[in-house]
Amino acid sequence: MAKRKFMLPSIAGAIATVAAIPAHAAWDLLNMPRGVTVLSREIYGMHMIMLWICLAIAVVTFGAMIVAMIRFRKSKGAVADTKLLHNARLEAAWTIVPTLILIGMAIPSVEKLIKIEDTTGSELTIKVTGYQWQWHYEYLGTGVSFFSRLSRESDLARQRASGIDPSTVDHYLLEVDHPLVVPTGAKIRLLLTANDVIHAWWVPEFGMKRDAIPGFINEMWISVDEDQPGTYRGQCAELCGADHGFMPIVVVAKPKAEFQAWLAEQEAAQL
Amino acid sequence: MQASRARANRALAARLVLMAAGSFAFGFALVPLYDVFCELTGIGSRERLSRAADTADLTVDSSRTVVVEFTASVPAGGHFRFAPMVASMEVQPGRLYEAHYLARNLADHSTTAHAVPSVAPARAMRHFRKTECFCFTPQHFAGDEERELAVRFTVDRELPAGIDRLTLSYAFYDSERVAGGTTG
Amino acid sequence: MSTAQGMQAAGHGEHHGGRPQGLARWFTTTNHKDIGTMYLVFSLAMFLIGGVMALAIRAELFQPGLQLVDPTLFNQLTTMHALVMVFGAVMPATVGLANWMIPLQIGAADMALPRMNLFSFWLLFVAFLLLLSTLALPGGPPAAGWTLYPPLVLQSGSAFPAAIFAIHLMGASSIMGAINVIVTIVNMRAPGMTLLKMPLFCWAWLITAYLLIAVMPVFAGGVTMLLTDYFFATSFFNAAGGGDPVLFQHVFWFFGHPEVYIMILPAFGIVSEVIPTFSRKPIFGYEAMVYAIASIAFLSFIVWAHHMFTVGMPLAGQLFFSLSTMLIAVPTGVKIFNWTATMWRGSISFEPPMLFALAFLFLFTIGGFSGLMLAIVPADLQYHDTYFVVAHFHYVLVPGAVFGILAAVYYWLPKWTGHLYDMRLAKWHFWLTAIFVNVLFFPQHFLGLAGMPRRIPDYATQFADWNMISSVGAFGFGLAQLLFVWLIVKCARGGERASAGVWDWPHGLEWTVPSPAPYHTFEKAPEHK
Repeated sequence: MAKRKFMLPSIAGAIATVAAIPAHAAWDLLNMPRGVTVLSREIYGMHMIMLWICLAIAVVTFGAMIVAMIRFRKSKGAVADTKLLHNARLEAAWTIVPTLILIGMAIPSVEKLIKIEDTTGSELTIKVTGYQWQWHYEYLGTGVSFFSRLSRESDLARQRASGIDPSTVDHYLLEVDHPLVVPTGAKIRLLLTANDVIHAWWVPEFGMKRDAIPGFINEMWISVDEDQPGTYRGQCAELCGADHGFMPIVVVAKPKAEFQAWLAEQEAAQL
Repeated sequence: MQASRARANRALAARLVLMAAGSFAFGFALVPLYDVFCELTGIGSRERLSRAADTADLTVDSSRTVVVEFTASVPAGGHFRFAPMVASMEVQPGRLYEAHYLARNLADHSTTAHAVPSVAPARAMRHFRKTECFCFTPQHFAGDEERELAVRFTVDRELPAGIDRLTLSYAFYDSERVAGGTTG
Repeated sequence: MSTAQGMQAAGHGEHHGGRPQGLARWFTTTNHKDIGTMYLVFSLAMFLIGGVMALAIRAELFQPGLQLVDPTLFNQLTTMHALVMVFGAVMPATVGLANWMIPLQIGAADMALPRMNLFSFWLLFVAFLLLLSTLALPGGPPAAGWTLYPPLVLQSGSAFPAAIFAIHLMGASSIMGAINVIVTIVNMRAPGMTLLKMPLFCWAWLITAYLLIAVMPVFAGGVTMLLTDYFFATSFFNAAGGGDPVLFQHVFWFFGHPEVYIMILPAFGIVSEVIPTFSRKPIFGYEAMVYAIASIAFLSFIVWAHHMFTVGMPLAGQLFFSLSTMLIAVPTGVKIFNWTATMWRGSISFEPPMLFALAFLFLFTIGGFSGLMLAIVPADLQYHDTYFVVAHFHYVLVPGAVFGILAAVYYWLPKWTGHLYDMRLAKWHFWLTAIFVNVLFFPQHFLGLAGMPRRIPDYATQFADWNMISSVGAFGFGLAQLLFVWLIVKCARGGERASAGVWDWPHGLEWTVPSPAPYHTFEKAPEHK
């Protein structure tokens, strides 16, 4: 009865989860994306290190618990050693060793934080403004600016009892009418603010998230790898009202030359 | 026994009253204390953005240039067109510069507005000093009036080396709608 | 000492004949057992109400697309679910346990301030009447999240003042309850029971009480500033008037972080009672456990901004809060190791209280690991405001605080009712709960890592599978709790007689009085060696 008392729920839970998964669709979705920027890859690496360390500590800790529960069962005749009350050396050990592990975890994160805060050498500044419930993008110094809203197809499908099956909509809830276009291989400074309430701008593949606060500007930088042009999707990441879940972010990263051409086209259209 | 207990109770009551009074007084003392704390730590440099800075020592550091970008927003509920007249400027720390914004009251009645400044990156805030700014005082506009608003500033020499570009942003608020509360 | 004797002497004579019967009893009783029962029944009712809200949320999230609720109602459900669970279920349950057990464990006849005790309960009751009444107000309940961030919360309608007032009442109730706990523990311990001989449940509550007194007023201050911004044109959180929305976040989380420790510390205390009893040996490292709880409580004051890593914080701030947050893992780890060492070379049996305590040990630790990951700022930039956070806090709150409370109920129910409960039913309740809580919350880690933000009523189709599984888990978990309700009703009505000691290896003064505990216990202070 006592044996495997906690193996059972974990196994049962695992079976329940596995049994319901069709093919490999869900397996892709077990972990953070590596992403397409220097920062996203570093963050992924940090995350994986943390995960492995926690897993290792878990194996040791849970292992000790399971051994205790099995070896010292009353039903198998274990007799309690009521004199085993304290051990100062053990207490010191399991205070100091975890502290050292934590310091070890903290050190790499410092260097990454400094990199995240370093916005020098940027080639382009884009001002991002959060609205209820859409984004506004402005390419500073060019006069190019536009709103970016949830695409019409998604918007129709997401209405309550719309009768439209979300799986028939391309990039359901992650498509907009005017995506943000950026060059690859360039450090881009993003300025974030909001028009009404707090929003947050987040694209998982870029590894960066920052709040957009009305009345103030925040900044962050991204740099999409030169060899990774493409379309990247994210969402608002701060509760901002009814349609918080319906103001996605779509970024199209183009090689520099293509980007310049696109920008020139937009500037011309503004005139 | 009763008498000594009564005495002890009185003494305790007196100490407790003193502690309560002291806590209350501490609450008031916090007002000047916060100013001291903010000076020491540099937190609250945002407040300094809304006040004229002294520029007694204005020696130019010609060894570096910093790009200062200008941007503007009119948050929800404001009836203004408000934009910088120049998108950016290359500045040398220590020298005084002037930048202009163009504001137009889109309503046909007079109104008052005021601008709230913000600087990014945040650690550049304490090094951005304005000697004159339209954000120091409320700005009155007649109906449909348009005018240029000026800000004079300097970036001080202590600006950290790791900053080559900073952005000055203004949020332009219609004073009538400043009253915090439900929007619209 | 003399106070306890004084209490015994004063006026117990008139109570013996005249204890009010019927409904009047519950409005006039100042007996800690009655009041404890009222808090526990209240918290069970709130747990079910909050649970129904959660089921509505998970029902909507069962599939992509909006089927059942509109987005505003969804936000209202998530807001109310949290407020009800935090302030209506978990906190009152721990207060109820404190009321019932602290006097019994320290050998006191009652709490130090019995009338204030009664007032605290009814204040809470009224507070929740007010909060739940917002469901019927035009515009419905608040929808800005339990965190009430401005400017969004200032867009609330008529529910806003009701919610703020409810929070004030609830806060006053908690503060008074905390004062009661401290005064009781400091003054009314049996002769011979020094602080370092006191049961760990009492230690946990002593420290929790200090946390409550320190931070509840801060929360009250914060929501009052929201109130004045809303009604009286102040600009605390409005940039237009020179204020800053982020100020609220600082004030809120300065309260909010110690608040979550207020919820978990009593559970730590409970686990420290249960594991020794069913390992048949005393807690390992008693003093280390006391220092650990005190360290956790102290550290809880200096970590608040780890909820705010994406607001645009200076580097120094990010580093400080990241490191201080990671540091909390140390005393927490000490506790987990000590609980394990208590089992080591013990003689362990697996009655329902022990089952829940052991599940706590495993699953709370999982929650602790995700918390450690969240403390690392660069990684948090990906986790913040996603389901990874939702998974983390539900692991520490549900298999954490709630399992602790369930363990306590299963541990002390025979003492309260005088009957043993249906063990088979209890074990069914345990296994279904423990399995389904994992089916419900574990996939949420994956959802967060894969990119699903929190507080959204609908999601992109790649998130469908894990959401479906999580929703199945929710319904399983919810239905399993009905077994618990049934078990309690059955036990209250009757069952096998419970002895004074109830369990095989009872420790603590509460097991020296008969079961059910007489209405008045320890009218004469017991000797404690």
